[in-house]
Amino acid sequence: MKRKVIQLAFQKTIPVMVGYLVLGFGYGIYSASKSYGLGWVFPISLFVYAGTMQYVLVDLLVSHASVLEGLLTTFMVNARHLFYGISMLEPYQVLKKEKPYVIFALTDETYSLVVQEVPEGISKRWYYFFISLFDHCYWVLGSCLGALVGSANIIPSKGIEFSMTALFLTVFLDQWKEKQDHFSALFGLVASIGSILLFGKDHFLIPTMILIALALYIRGKRERI
Amino acid sequence: MNGVYLVLASIFMTALLRFLPFVLWKNRAIPEIVQRLGRELPYAIMAMLVVYCLRNTDFQASFGIPEAIALVVTAGLHLYKRNSLISIATGTLVYMVLVQLVFV
Repeated sequence: MKRKVIQLAFQKTIPVMVGYLVLGFGYGIYSASKSYGLGWVFPISLFVYAGTMQYVLVDLLVSHASVLEGLLTTFMVNARHLFYGISMLEPYQVLKKEKPYVIFALTDETYSLVVQEVPEGISKRWYYFFISLFDHCYWVLGSCLGALVGSANIIPSKGIEFSMTALFLTVFLDQWKEKQDHFSALFGLVASIGSILLFGKDHFLIPTMILIALALYIRGKRERI
Repeated sequence: MNGVYLVLASIFMTALLRFLPFVLWKNRAIPEIVQRLGRELPYAIMAMLVVYCLRNTDFQASFGIPEAIALVVTAGLHLYKRNSLISIATGTLVYMVLVQLVFV
């Protein structure tokens, strides 16, 4: 019984495996190139376990950002996780002692798998658990390998940081295509560029995030009336 | 040492965001404004992150040309093939070649 669940969960996670191994590898190399090697990458991939944020975290570490900036940036970058949680409130009710782990491991990619219909005759509980566990393993493995290769200096890594830019750009384009109304995307762009010009490139994240939150809040209130 | 606290802050906040719904809205309706923010926030934040990545672009020495080329390659490939991994890998490779061999 359990074997069938494990097999199915593994098959389902194959696309995420490819993605996490590659992106994790890129993250590991990038982090190591900024002299935050395996000793940082392993615990961060294990316990933060949020791809986009981990890339940003490297930059925050390099620029000696404050803890407050770390908290706020993580909040804004990962706020979407709140909503994955909200939509998994019901399905995850079948979980028992493994529930805290499965909630902790709810990343974008894992969400995209568990949000789908669970096949007939399969234990939902173990299906959710193994999908979460497999994805987590791929990410830790990919990023640790990247950190090792990065630290060994085998590849001339100058410019590797563009993988982060490219990652965000592709997500941005995917989001752009799936939506008719581009207010949020455009406002984010304008607010960030405006804040850079006003506050400089080292201190623009917090003002940008405040502007974005305010604009979306006001617009949300208005449209309801 | 500050770095360790920064990592801990990030761990704490990420976990908080993942656990909060299960604690907060276990048996209650989710406020409409929260739902709305959740739907809209990702779009604005992703735009901010793209700008964030490009904030160190050197407009003096290379005029931002390597960045511009790599962005166009990534975006063009992505709109054409719609495969994130191919777009990211190619864009990054192009950028690495440009900054290591062309715009030195």
